[in-house]
Amino acid sequence: MTATVRYADTVVGYELPPASFPLARVDLVRYAGASGDFNVIHWNERIATSVGLPNVIAHGMLTMAEAIRVVTDWIGDPGALVQYGVRFTRPVIVPDDDAGAMLEVSAKVTELLDDNCVKIVITASSEGQTVLGKAQAIVRLA
Amino acid sequence: MLNADFIGRAYPPSSPYFVSREKIREFARAIGERNPVFVDRDAARALGYADIIAPPTFATVVAMESSQTVMFDPELGLDFSRVVHAEQSYSYSRPICAGDELIVSSMIENIRVVAGNDMLTTKASIDTVSGEHVLTTTSVLVSRGVQTP
Repeated sequence: MTATVRYADTVVGYELPPASFPLARVDLVRYAGASGDFNVIHWNERIATSVGLPNVIAHGMLTMAEAIRVVTDWIGDPGALVQYGVRFTRPVIVPDDDAGAMLEVSAKVTELLDDNCVKIVITASSEGQTVLGKAQAIVRLA
Repeated sequence: MLNADFIGRAYPPSSPYFVSREKIREFARAIGERNPVFVDRDAARALGYADIIAPPTFATVVAMESSQTVMFDPELGLDFSRVVHAEQSYSYSRPICAGDELIVSSMIENIRVVAGNDMLTTKASIDTVSGEHVLTTTSVLVSRGVQTP
């Protein structure tokens, strides 16, 4: 129950290894089933466009789940996560083609806190536009 | 308009949610996780856990029924067809672990109107049946006003 990254070795400005997550329609269907969120805008293009969306969009919670992987993969023990929060500012649009969408995630240590904790700011974007706002995590390092 | 009298309203605790290894694995697969601590008991034990742990946002599965009780409360007056999930945050005491039996206690923390849209903030404490705090989840839902497309 301990992170593998040491607090003493961590500096403000450190950039965590970034990652890219492809999102195709099948991923949204799989997430709907696993999470129980069957909102039709996440799998039905006809309904999505009828409510003014450009296309089917990914679940915000799926985007949130992918984005934190950059942090939990870095700290070694995902249980070292103390806080995690996001604002869903723009949807990830997932077209019905072979490529789907790509979610790009990067993260940076922005503050050293008490009790071996650090604050990390996460940037998540798709098609060159950020999709999460105020995406921040606090983790307790070794 | 949402009923502002509902600020502070607490809902009855949920019935226990039993966290199974297979549900955690299914969820981990659905979010593309590669970290073995979410699927392999030995990997989780090597980190000091009794069993596999759940990814950080798995709490959404546990809290689903309770949050729907709040959202579909007819007296609250939320029009679900116009609801957008605007913000989500978690505060963890420890990760959810396979074998946990969890109780969700939801309450309405705030209701306000921003730019003609109703904003509803709900908070839920997720605790074990023996009363150990596991995490607290806070959600902000926005119900888009009728004038706004």
